[in-house]
Amino acid sequence: MADTVLLKGNEAIAHAAIRIGVDGYFGYPITPQSEILETFCEQKPWETTGMVVLQAESELAAINMVYGGAASGKMVMTSSSSPGVSLKQEGISYMAAAELPCLVVNVQRGGPGLGTIQPSQSDYFQATKGGGHGDYHIIVLAPASVQEMADFVGLAFKLAFQYRTPSLILADGIVGQMMEKVVLPEPRPRRTAEEIIASCPWATTGRTNGRKPNIITSLEMDPHVMENRNLRLQEKYATIREKEVRYEEICCDDAEYLIVAFGSQARIAEKSVETLRQGGIKAGLLRPITLWPFPSEAIARRARQAKGILCVELNSGQMIEDVRLAVRDTLPVRHFGRMGGVVPDPDEVVEALKKEIL
Amino acid sequence: MTKEDIIKPENLVYQKPELLNDNPMHYCPGCSHGVVHKLIAEIVEEMGLTDRTIAVSPVGCAVFAYNYVDIDWQEAAHGRAPAVATALKRLWPDRLVFTYQGDGDLACIGTCETIHALNRREHFTIIFINNAIYGMTGGQMAPTTLLGMKTSTCPYGRDVDLHGYPLNITEIAAHLEGTAYVTRQAVHTVAAINRAKKALRKAFEYSMHGIGSNLVEIVSTCSAGWKMSPQSANKWMEEHMFPYYKLGDLKDTGKETEQ
Repeated sequence: MADTVLLKGNEAIAHAAIRIGVDGYFGYPITPQSEILETFCEQKPWETTGMVVLQAESELAAINMVYGGAASGKMVMTSSSSPGVSLKQEGISYMAAAELPCLVVNVQRGGPGLGTIQPSQSDYFQATKGGGHGDYHIIVLAPASVQEMADFVGLAFKLAFQYRTPSLILADGIVGQMMEKVVLPEPRPRRTAEEIIASCPWATTGRTNGRKPNIITSLEMDPHVMENRNLRLQEKYATIREKEVRYEEICCDDAEYLIVAFGSQARIAEKSVETLRQGGIKAGLLRPITLWPFPSEAIARRARQAKGILCVELNSGQMIEDVRLAVRDTLPVRHFGRMGGVVPDPDEVVEALKKEIL
Repeated sequence: MTKEDIIKPENLVYQKPELLNDNPMHYCPGCSHGVVHKLIAEIVEEMGLTDRTIAVSPVGCAVFAYNYVDIDWQEAAHGRAPAVATALKRLWPDRLVFTYQGDGDLACIGTCETIHALNRREHFTIIFINNAIYGMTGGQMAPTTLLGMKTSTCPYGRDVDLHGYPLNITEIAAHLEGTAYVTRQAVHTVAAINRAKKALRKAFEYSMHGIGSNLVEIVSTCSAGWKMSPQSANKWMEEHMFPYYKLGDLKDTGKETEQ
């Protein structure tokens, strides 16, 4: 029987990770996501599943611990919030380059700089456009509920290993801190050393059975070989764009006014759509679940029947650039958002839509 | 007597370890890296750990260590090798894990990771090549550059008012509760090479037996960076480096444990 429990989003991440057999978590405290590390420490999974949990000396160390674990074929993850995730970007770039699977969780807070500990979605650009140096993308999942916080841990690892790439769960302080009922995933054992060696022939596990040495590196001095590596990465990204787009549509079939929002803001916008429809305005919500790859085609399809689009984000307008690219000036696309940790209520979104688009 | 008569196992007095492959090394003449690589290859072979060793290379001249020693390698970001190795050893506790780092990587950009990994009592070995200069980037000042020593970023000599003092990180490591074996060696003579090999072997054994973290510093030459011939670099090292970086064991708690 499934286990239904009441948890914070942050706690759900940790419980889900233990249950699906994650091998290692390496983190550093930062608000508003410290419950992830605290839940791991309180649960003591090293005594049950054998999972390694370590409080690192910095976010830099934590992401490089993830590099070491991922390069040996283990399921490893880290979590942080915006300023800490900025510190992790170098490591994420190295892992994208070395094609290492891992999970990074960003429970966003307002920036720039030290900013605030209140919720924000202002790391959209960083998350979806690469974030670190070099030509790369990582898979970005945006949970809108505590249930999705739990579910996306497994999904993120599945995609990370399938494509040998880092995955990012881009949550925010609201989803991380709010409590909801959640059904946790079925427990499954961690993979054995033999299973890892068999399923990850590229991993540095020691030269088991006398195989040739495995080398994990992002360095290459020959420009032609390096260009070919880049081309291979771009081929992989094209496949991910083609196959892994995920989104949810609410009341979109007859929608004349489309709201595009992700994560916590999609929850608020869902209520706004309800209010607008009660007032006779045919509104709909398209919620990107994968922010990279972005559901451009789905938005373009809905835009054909719509009179205008309102992008609701907890930032100054970041995802709106991808929405505009998707619809190419065929209809008005406007932004509504709050910053600095301020969260709008559904009526503000309703008013914004009426003012900007109607 | 033919060549075949002479080349027989019983006549063999010396051979290259199998793990040291035939790739031409990119290191400069007189560089210490090649000798240390050979020692690592010998020890891993002698300990029978070829199929259970995972090493972490740095950013610096030894970034390409993986091209020469035929074991599994991960190439870490600059300074982060001890963090990489921490996860590796904790996730694969029966593997021999070691990092191989230069002075810029270990004692400058990676000081934080170095100190914390050593003090957490991580069961791996850090091999620290200290040649008092940034070799790969063309001979800039390192944290371990001696006072008065000239480099491309202290062309008039390291000045204490401008640059502070050379960092003696191995002494710091010896003071940490988490370290088991901290030693400073060199590889400029046959006798020194033999001592360095014993030290590395001990550190690897401690790592496998979970006695604590281990730091083996090898005071090294960089004849290209120092702008000297290999021979004069060795002499300069003896005269200038050894008085500041004194050779010998700084700490060996494993010895106490064994007793």
